Amino acid sequence: MADDISFETPSRRLLLQVIGFGAAGFAVGMPAMAAPSPEVTAGKPASLVVLGPFVKVGADNTVTVLLKHIEFGQGVSTGLTTIVAEEIDADWKQMRFDHAPAEVPKYGNLAFGGAVQGTGGSTAVANSWVQLRQAGAAARAMLVAAAAAKWKVDPNTVKVSRGVVTSGKHSATFGQLAADAGKIAAPDVKTLKLKDPKDFRLIGKEKSASRVSGRADTASKINGTAQYSLDYHPDGQLVALVARSPRWGGKLVSVDDGAAKAVKGVSEVFAISNGVAVVATDYWAAKKGRDALKITWDDSKAEMRSTDAIVADYKKLLDKPGFEARKQGQGAAGMTGAGKVITADFEFPYLAHAPMEPMNCTVEFKPGESCVFHSGSQMPTVDQGVLAAVLGLKPTQVSIITHVAGGSFGRKATPDGDLAMEAAQIAKHLNGRAPVKLMWSREDDIRSGKYRPLTVHRMAARINGDKIEAWGDRTAIQSIMDGTPFGTPGKPDVSAIEGSHDIPYAIPNISVDVHFTTSPVTVLWWRSVGHTHTAFAKEHFFDQAAKEAGKDPLELRRAMLVGKPRLLGVLNLAAEKAGWGTPLPAGRARGIAVHESFTTYVAEVAEVTVKPDGTFSIDRVVCAVDCGIVINPDVVRSQMEGGIGYGLSAALGEAITLKDGVPVPTNFFDYPPLRLAQMPKIEVHIMPSSEAPTGVGEPGLPPAAPAVANALFAATGKPIHKLPIGTKV
Amino acid sequence: MKLSINGKESEYQGEADRPLLWYIREDLKLTGTKYGCGVAACGACTVLVDGVPTRSCSTPAAAMAGKKITTIEGLDSKAGKAVQAAWTEMDVVQCGWCQSGQILTATALLTKTPKPSEKEITDGMTGNLCRCATYHRIRGAVARASEIMGKA
Repeated sequence: MADDISFETPSRRLLLQVIGFGAAGFAVGMPAMAAPSPEVTAGKPASLVVLGPFVKVGADNTVTVLLKHIEFGQGVSTGLTTIVAEEIDADWKQMRFDHAPAEVPKYGNLAFGGAVQGTGGSTAVANSWVQLRQAGAAARAMLVAAAAAKWKVDPNTVKVSRGVVTSGKHSATFGQLAADAGKIAAPDVKTLKLKDPKDFRLIGKEKSASRVSGRADTASKINGTAQYSLDYHPDGQLVALVARSPRWGGKLVSVDDGAAKAVKGVSEVFAISNGVAVVATDYWAAKKGRDALKITWDDSKAEMRSTDAIVADYKKLLDKPGFEARKQGQGAAGMTGAGKVITADFEFPYLAHAPMEPMNCTVEFKPGESCVFHSGSQMPTVDQGVLAAVLGLKPTQVSIITHVAGGSFGRKATPDGDLAMEAAQIAKHLNGRAPVKLMWSREDDIRSGKYRPLTVHRMAARINGDKIEAWGDRTAIQSIMDGTPFGTPGKPDVSAIEGSHDIPYAIPNISVDVHFTTSPVTVLWWRSVGHTHTAFAKEHFFDQAAKEAGKDPLELRRAMLVGKPRLLGVLNLAAEKAGWGTPLPAGRARGIAVHESFTTYVAEVAEVTVKPDGTFSIDRVVCAVDCGIVINPDVVRSQMEGGIGYGLSAALGEAITLKDGVPVPTNFFDYPPLRLAQMPKIEVHIMPSSEAPTGVGEPGLPPAAPAVANALFAATGKPIHKLPIGTKV
Repeated sequence: MKLSINGKESEYQGEADRPLLWYIREDLKLTGTKYGCGVAACGACTVLVDGVPTRSCSTPAAAMAGKKITTIEGLDSKAGKAVQAAWTEMDVVQCGWCQSGQILTATALLTKTPKPSEKEITDGMTGNLCRCATYHRIRGAVARASEIMGKA
């Protein structure tokens, strides 16, 4: 059944490339099997019986699902737990979750090829769907076999419903059967009968009396008890901060640490590979110590350009053809012909992820023996390899404790394990003297990368009458993958062109090409990756072409989505629910955008009001999503809402601009995320589907900004050529 | 000096400029109060000081003598319980990092204004950042908490 799931979108191909390299020999060593980590949550029942890799049943009748994916807000603690609960036939109230230890291939991401444990690419549900249904069904079969043996009855007479196992007059809870079930060998996967979807009791269902809370993580997150990695405080812990070069590529020349060492609580100051570490008894002392450092940097190999200069360089590149990513029909030559050619450049800035919980981790190192790493990382396998290599341990001696994370949006998934690399060097220097917590301040987070790459798209279209006959999309962008151990020299980084090279519209001539630029500025995938800019360029320029063609943007999309039923389906659903075409008050306008990312299809209609002075508000966004079978509809809605909010945040206000190579913003007051007052009303409509489930963490984002830009364009007649839009059009 | 946090007295002997946030988190291990920005720009560190939402990241612990501090762990007022009930009912949280601050801010808003208008909710809550953009649900949940309070 696993073959039913297709992972052929560009981002998944990209990840497969990553894993292909990793499996062949990641530079710092890939563990074949690692020691299980100790339990994270305090107060857990001691007698948890293991029923396969993903399920533990307690004598107290709890069923704990081990998550191979980190919960950082996207809802896997609910979604993945629901899949198991459905097949094991548990009562929702008895379900618990915990993060799995770092252990491949047992907990490898199947969408990444299985060799790396990690969260990303909106793959969690898609790659777990069959695996966790089987895990739940296997655990159920073990409980049934235990009951049948205990009661000396035919297993076929044993029924399971809402956590209660019965046969005739016999009845037992999972907890009462757990010890016996744990002694039974796991059944052959081929013998398992999975539920018919029509019998689903939890999957796809709305919250009700049978589900105390729709989300498994709500309770702990509203009373302060959820334990994030920053909340883990081992006895005797020291706190470390790192002073990094203000410019990317700057190298440490010398440091005057006299004043820093004089700060009460500062114990050590020393150089690591990318800066100067300050270790102290607590955060405030470490911060004051770091503030007191006087450091000289060598900027001879650093990025020294300002944003304007980088954009100008990119635009110069765009005058020439780049690496060919798509040629259909006559390609670029298709621009020559009847009709009119329109062109536009679209500029996208560097963006910080700025998760609310900044980067942090805690290392408990016993030299020559072991290391326990507490973090909220998306890539435990990479961290494990990095820590082992730096600390001189075998990967099996490195335990990774994954905590829930206060957001990430891609920042906590680094192919080079940047956080673990810093922390490992600090722990090595301390040589086991004390556990050490490495923290990034908000300023570190905003100013030290890694960023969504600055990108410029040059768009062109030839419109003949009411038809788009040629389409050109040329991009200049820094590659996320090149320059890391995972790059594939000579091949285009598909994360740069996902969403552009696969433009779904039936246009006879298409040319998509890309220039890869270089800079010491560190870049990384940022929620929805390439789609953050490709969807905007494609969908906003489409409306400009539609205007030139004299067509309604919805009608032209409908006409050109040939053989794309799922895109067309969400487009029509969003348009219908938004009342496309119905009259609006003066100053108010609608825009629509539709985009596929990570094999999920989303259309959004935005309504804006533009005032005479050019200020505007985004009043409403209507979203339609097709993500196949829905595990939890409310989590799907929340991810669409969040994706829209995150996308609008970048569209309206976020930009990491550089001045002489140094980032200008420092914190939330000058890197302004979306605030509640700016958040539109949002309606989410889910397309019923029996297709295999796909992800929802990212796909809500790409259509949001172009839908708003299209609405502003409809209101003012002026296209948006540069993000962020700011407060006025 | 003595500080009163969640009805318990504790002795503060730290630096004069050390923010209350770090004393609460690192010394008292009350980790429900979160660090977000360190400059009073995001609200993740919000605690109630004599009922008033206060950014603990930018408030020296040493300035808190004689004041009653409430963190998420000590929230037990009628408004606070209503807010938590509404947050549960509407499943507001995503990553959860900002939510202690959101809940304390909403509690203070509803304590002062039990039946807030849409604008009062917006004005009262817009200072608290949420990168997951749970704002849509926060608006609804504050209104719902107001209803719950009215019925209790």
